[in-house]
Amino acid sequence: MNKKNILRDYLLAGLGIGLMIAALYMVFMYVPTDKHTGIVQRIFYFHVPVAWVAFLAFFITFIYSILYLWKRNMKLDAIASASAEIGVIFTTLVLITGPIWAKPIWGIWWTWDARLTTSLVLWVIYIAYLLVRSFTGEPGRSARYSAVVGIIGFIDVPIVFLTVNLWRTQHPTAIIFEGGLTTPMLITLMVCIAAFTVLYIILTIQDARLKNMESEVRRLNNRLV
Amino acid sequence: MNNITKKITVIFWKDILTELRTKQVITSVLVFAILVMVIFNFAFGTGGETAELAAPGILWVAITFGGVLGFNRIFSLEKENSRLEGLMLCPVDRTVLYWGKLAGGFTFVLAVAIVVTPVCLALFNLPLVLPELVLVVILAISGFAVVGTLFSAIAVNTRARDIMLPILMLPVVIPVIIAAVNATSEIMAGGSWGDISIWLQIIITFDFIYAVIATLVFEFVVEE
Amino acid sequence: MNENNDESIPAIDVSGLTKSFGERPALRGIDLQVAQGERLVIFGPNGAGKTTLVKTLSTLLKPSSGRIFLEGMDIRSKPSQIRSRLSLVSHQTFLYDDLTVYENLKFYGRMYDVPALNERIGELVTWLQVESRLYDRVGTLSHGLQQRVTIARAVLHNPSILFLDEPEIGLDQQASLAIGDIMKADGRRTVVMTTHNLERGLELGREILILNKGKVVFQESRDKVDPTDFRQVYNNCTGTTGE
Repeated sequence: MNKKNILRDYLLAGLGIGLMIAALYMVFMYVPTDKHTGIVQRIFYFHVPVAWVAFLAFFITFIYSILYLWKRNMKLDAIASASAEIGVIFTTLVLITGPIWAKPIWGIWWTWDARLTTSLVLWVIYIAYLLVRSFTGEPGRSARYSAVVGIIGFIDVPIVFLTVNLWRTQHPTAIIFEGGLTTPMLITLMVCIAAFTVLYIILTIQDARLKNMESEVRRLNNRLV
Repeated sequence: MNNITKKITVIFWKDILTELRTKQVITSVLVFAILVMVIFNFAFGTGGETAELAAPGILWVAITFGGVLGFNRIFSLEKENSRLEGLMLCPVDRTVLYWGKLAGGFTFVLAVAIVVTPVCLALFNLPLVLPELVLVVILAISGFAVVGTLFSAIAVNTRARDIMLPILMLPVVIPVIIAAVNATSEIMAGGSWGDISIWLQIIITFDFIYAVIATLVFEFVVEE
Repeated sequence: MNENNDESIPAIDVSGLTKSFGERPALRGIDLQVAQGERLVIFGPNGAGKTTLVKTLSTLLKPSSGRIFLEGMDIRSKPSQIRSRLSLVSHQTFLYDDLTVYENLKFYGRMYDVPALNERIGELVTWLQVESRLYDRVGTLSHGLQQRVTIARAVLHNPSILFLDEPEIGLDQQASLAIGDIMKADGRRTVVMTTHNLERGLELGREILILNKGKVVFQESRDKVDPTDFRQVYNNCTGTTGE
């Protein structure tokens, strides 16, 4: 690890911690309790940023999948798969916090609206991506196959969203998570989004670095044989 | 251009001939698809309004699951005797291989649908000649085939290859399934072209986008 | 075949070829030139990279780095055109067991745009003595017969470069004779054969190469090789003490 990397890591960590503290303060102290929905509504400040990161992570996987197929550099694949691993965790959190938020307020765990359905499909495609990686024998092949899955899967996400949207305008169902945002709420939300984005970046970089090191160990191992 | 079509046809015909020789896969898939319909029918309550509401879903579950079984065969056929290497040695672009296999896969699922759809319509006492439904089926199956052929090439080289294909394919074709079920529902309720045009547009757009992407991306799957 | 053929262009020209599977290197830097009409035999222990080399040269595998020119053409530029000039025989037959011999050959013949296909098929099955089984399903043939059909499949389009990857395994006598014919024939076809069998390789080859751990460790013209102490040479090159 060279000096530039270490410096960058410390800066990111500092930024991340700072943002997180700010976010926690704002969510629990600063922003007033929502009149209509009560304390539970604060999950919103967790749910939305986490959802944003879930989709951002898949976008990164998409971009780095294309880059990998083009340049065939394993470091690009490391970032693609690291982003997918972190992304699936965030997506799982989306699927958990959504119902936790919905049940007390709207009385239902789940609805097949466009946002939730697309999140569920995103989750399944992530899982498929990771399964392909682990079920394919040789690292070069697994990188290629998962890159293809990453590309095909990502393009599917907006198509699913639009299709479910259309379906729902024809057959409306329960609508949840609507409502306007006051200024304090908006600022809090932005800070939270920033905090979680930095968290995502840190986790992905560390995960990718780990993968690169594992790769290097394998390479050296092969030299010994 | 003509030569490319010729080569695609050669590959397609080879697959059809092989399937006709054994008839194993098509018969088992057909039996499976019909069984699926029967079981889902019981699952949703026999007779009455619920059954009619469920009919489009039942039809498409049968076609989808039958299709998945069929698509597995597209490239598992080429595993034995390393036939895929024989194909890769041929002086054709990789995309010719893709389209040749795609044609075979599409035809296979179409054959399943040709049997399953009238059976479904008859079971629910619906008219058997529905030109709108024919178009929906053809377009939707095209979408399945475009995605299924590509993922078959991937799944065949993974552990648990039979389960890998549906895991890869089904999430991606969800838009097609939604559109097909909705269109079928309209048609079974007596609707016509105007009612289903929006769903057709979705399926056509899906087919087009993925045909382009799969064609571009296929060589990365087969080139080692 | 090549009409405007300049005989000085090597049939195969390889420089700096490496091939890794993930992090596992199989070929670690191969430089090789094979003249047109050459009969090259490649020896090497298991895992030396013989099959990987042959598959990479025949465009089945993509090199990790390095350049390959076949008859002067870069394999990256017009791969389909180049593939019409080459062929590979391995112990996998590439045949469809449920189709007949005729249907298999017809399929490959059409994929290769072989002219006068029926005549060509007839000619080959006669040479390989399988004409009595022409309309039988390949799956019903013995392995030796299947290998004969594989040879027919491989030479159907008259390739100017032919790769034989350990072709002697499981061959019956007729097929073995056919391989011998191919190797000993005069003519402009370039043949590259890999084998474990030192005696057979020395008998058939005109240029000898030994591969070990992904590198060329010995290359010599057959005339300059003394068959009696070749085994010793082989063992030295590959660090083995016996076949």
